[in-house]
Amino acid sequence: MKLKTALMGTVLGTVATLSMAPAAFAERGADGHVNIIYYQAPSTMNPYLSGGTKELEAASLVLEPLARYDETGAIVPFLAESVPTVENGGVSEDLTTITWKLKEGLKWSDGSDLTSEDVQFTWEYCTSEGGGCAQSEKYNDVVSVETPDPLTVVVTFGVPKPFPYGPFVGAQAPIIQKAQFADCTGEAMASCTDQNFSPIGTGPFVVDEFKTNDVVSLSANTNYRDPAKPAFATATLKGGGDAQSAARSVLETGEFDYAWNTQVAPDLLEAMVAKGQGQLVSAFGTLVERIMVNMTDPNPALGDERATADHPHPFLSDIAVRKALSMAIDRALLTEIGYGDAGRPTCNVLPAPEIYKSSANDACLTQDIEGAKAVLDEAGWVDSDGDGVREKDGVKLSLLFQSSTNAIRQDFQAIIKQWWEEVGFEVELRNIDASVFFGGDAGSPDTFQKFYADVEMYANNFDGTDPEAYMANWECNQAPRPATQWQGNNMPRFCSEEYDALVAEMAETGDINERAELAKSMNDMLMQEYVIIPLVDRGRLSAHANSLGGVILNTWDSELWNAADWYRIKE
Amino acid sequence: MLHFTIRRLILAVPTLLFISLVIFLLLDLAPGDPMASIPLTVPPEVKEKMREALGLGEPVHIRFLNWLYQFFVVEPQVAFDHIFGTNFAEGKQRIISFQSRSPVMSVVAERMPQTLWVVGLSYIFATLIAVPIGIISAYRQYSWFDQLGTFVSMVGFSIPTFFSGVLLIVVFSVTLGWFPSIYDTTHEITDWPSFWFQVRQMAMPVFVLTLYNAAQVSRFMRASMLDNLNQDYVRTARAKGLSERVVVLMHVLRNSMIPVVTVIALGVPNIFGGAIITEQVFQVNGLGQMLITAIYASDAPMVQTLTFIFAVLIVLFNLIADIIYGVLDPRIRYD
Repeated sequence: MKLKTALMGTVLGTVATLSMAPAAFAERGADGHVNIIYYQAPSTMNPYLSGGTKELEAASLVLEPLARYDETGAIVPFLAESVPTVENGGVSEDLTTITWKLKEGLKWSDGSDLTSEDVQFTWEYCTSEGGGCAQSEKYNDVVSVETPDPLTVVVTFGVPKPFPYGPFVGAQAPIIQKAQFADCTGEAMASCTDQNFSPIGTGPFVVDEFKTNDVVSLSANTNYRDPAKPAFATATLKGGGDAQSAARSVLETGEFDYAWNTQVAPDLLEAMVAKGQGQLVSAFGTLVERIMVNMTDPNPALGDERATADHPHPFLSDIAVRKALSMAIDRALLTEIGYGDAGRPTCNVLPAPEIYKSSANDACLTQDIEGAKAVLDEAGWVDSDGDGVREKDGVKLSLLFQSSTNAIRQDFQAIIKQWWEEVGFEVELRNIDASVFFGGDAGSPDTFQKFYADVEMYANNFDGTDPEAYMANWECNQAPRPATQWQGNNMPRFCSEEYDALVAEMAETGDINERAELAKSMNDMLMQEYVIIPLVDRGRLSAHANSLGGVILNTWDSELWNAADWYRIKE
Repeated sequence: MLHFTIRRLILAVPTLLFISLVIFLLLDLAPGDPMASIPLTVPPEVKEKMREALGLGEPVHIRFLNWLYQFFVVEPQVAFDHIFGTNFAEGKQRIISFQSRSPVMSVVAERMPQTLWVVGLSYIFATLIAVPIGIISAYRQYSWFDQLGTFVSMVGFSIPTFFSGVLLIVVFSVTLGWFPSIYDTTHEITDWPSFWFQVRQMAMPVFVLTLYNAAQVSRFMRASMLDNLNQDYVRTARAKGLSERVVVLMHVLRNSMIPVVTVIALGVPNIFGGAIITEQVFQVNGLGQMLITAIYASDAPMVQTLTFIFAVLIVLFNLIADIIYGVLDPRIRYD
């Protein structure tokens, strides 16, 4: 666990720089008002009721976890004194308990003390029966949360946890106040509207008024632990409109100070930035736009057994065909068209953090149409009847390519279709409304889990910095099938004993370097089998006014994670 | 007339019940999942639990009856409690939105002010402008005023609000900086400067909608006036020696209003429907924006409740239009 020690070093470094900086703006509320715009409006301030990003981020102004991820992906203590590790004795040798120490003297915004009981209650709240807590996965395997004294929290897991930072870490699992939410557990979770709309928190701001799907008015928390922060006395988080109007309000009219997710056509943004009111900030996380290759036969004639492991795909089960699909794609061009500076071509499904990033597959960065043709020729896929489509033993390379409805995805589909047709495939395109495609309704034939198509494109990532659960997505038993009501994350229905063994090994490995090696070899296996064809590593792109200081864009946690440090740059 | 009104109101009950059933079934059959917008990092088991917590596990007829009970019994009780300080509705389940888990009706109440201010005001302006324009255009047919009126209504009619709205923003917010491009729904009017701010932030959305609505109404008004101006009774009135003012404003206008009243009355429910596109462009976040986000989020209770309220309003304003006919033209009697 050398890395964790190294990470702690970064933590201390960051803390040192932050504590030196505020000299110029050392009074709470001295900088007036800050305007933030989210083009998707938050519908609640309780992240446990909604898994949506917009709600998590809005809530992060008010609610805080014990520790957050910083912009490098390192864990930094917020409510906790320090981050427990095996070295400092905070995590037990057998990796089943983690002991958090709270900072002394922490107060809720209503003036009462934050104690370990609040932390314990947060766990009870999210795991209570019938509540439908959106973040219950963060508390997986937790068997007990004990409070030996008001400042100590001991979390015990039922199994060894090499990465014990699920509960109470990150924007997804903040601490809520026991006194406020005591009557809101289980089925009562949803009916506590007042609590859900204005939770009492420990963060830099408190909710003054919450209008659902519209606007949140906030003011500085007078009980915030740092008496000099936040620099802003009040804040508004407005929602609605679209990405372009949000970008415009910061970059062109200057009405707003910060705009979230300003993903607009690169040339439009350039013109807006030229007005000189604000600037763009981007950062990369783990979000990868990818094509999934169906290893099973989606032929409707198979009825209930359609797209299940019983019927291998007629031609995609041949690795040469899959390889040709990947080789024919110009990832750099796709990135330029779709995402500009907010994307970079990638050959890995696990693109970050740095230690997990493999360099074994980088050959895919160059498009190789001729190479793809050669691979197909060699494998016996040739166009014998002269119709421009290759075939072998009566099987034609005819693909159905599906994705969700989204302007950029449809552009990508059209361009990729062209390349594939050049190589000798026949490609039919299809797009499905996102609410159906990602909806997971077992009764619908159009979900991305059912995968009644040959290839499909979408983006996915993972929470936090630990890829263990993410890489376990491609275990055999994760394949969506009738027995699982078509749930599961293994869309390609990839199945390899060797891969499953690596997943099992990772679950038992504590050493960070060994874990990195395991994750890399899993990534390489998926890439070299060409069951997943990664396209673009998509970054986060936001805009802030030139007069807003202290913004550090963070893809590992809430974008507003350090709003306490934001300040107005005086002319 | 009273008899007619009561009969129509009673007949409206089964109609509305049927409409609510159709809306409910349509929403139920429509594809889409309230959990679809949740990131893929939330595992399917958790999503399933969340769906159960929303009550989606119940069969269709139970959910429909529940909604009926909540809409017709619980929500009126809540409103009653709110006004008279009683507590009939205590502990009863209200209609809950899937997105925010808050009562739908309180969100509606929250959204009503900005929608009425912006959309309602633009409708009043539109009517006040359109009727005189229609009258003058018809009376002085093919004059320069008529030509100009025709041109402006053509522009208003054919340019969609998502274009005119953005155009105004680019000109008046970005280039000139006169008006804010984003509507502040938390703004409260306390003094003259804050009133002036309200006027400024309403200026663009109200203008866009006024242009659009006025174009429609003025064309109807003009056409209807032209129909009547050539009638025999107009010649008779003139022959009697009545002044032009009386002929046009008393005789012709009154008869011409009948079709126009229908258009205006049936347009009123649209005010409550909000202006989906214009609200979105200026971030007014009224009822229209609420409906569209609810549709995107597959928030069935909210879509159901809103569309049903629109249905009620449409039925109601149809009736009002019929009654106004009787007032305008004594020959029309329903009994």
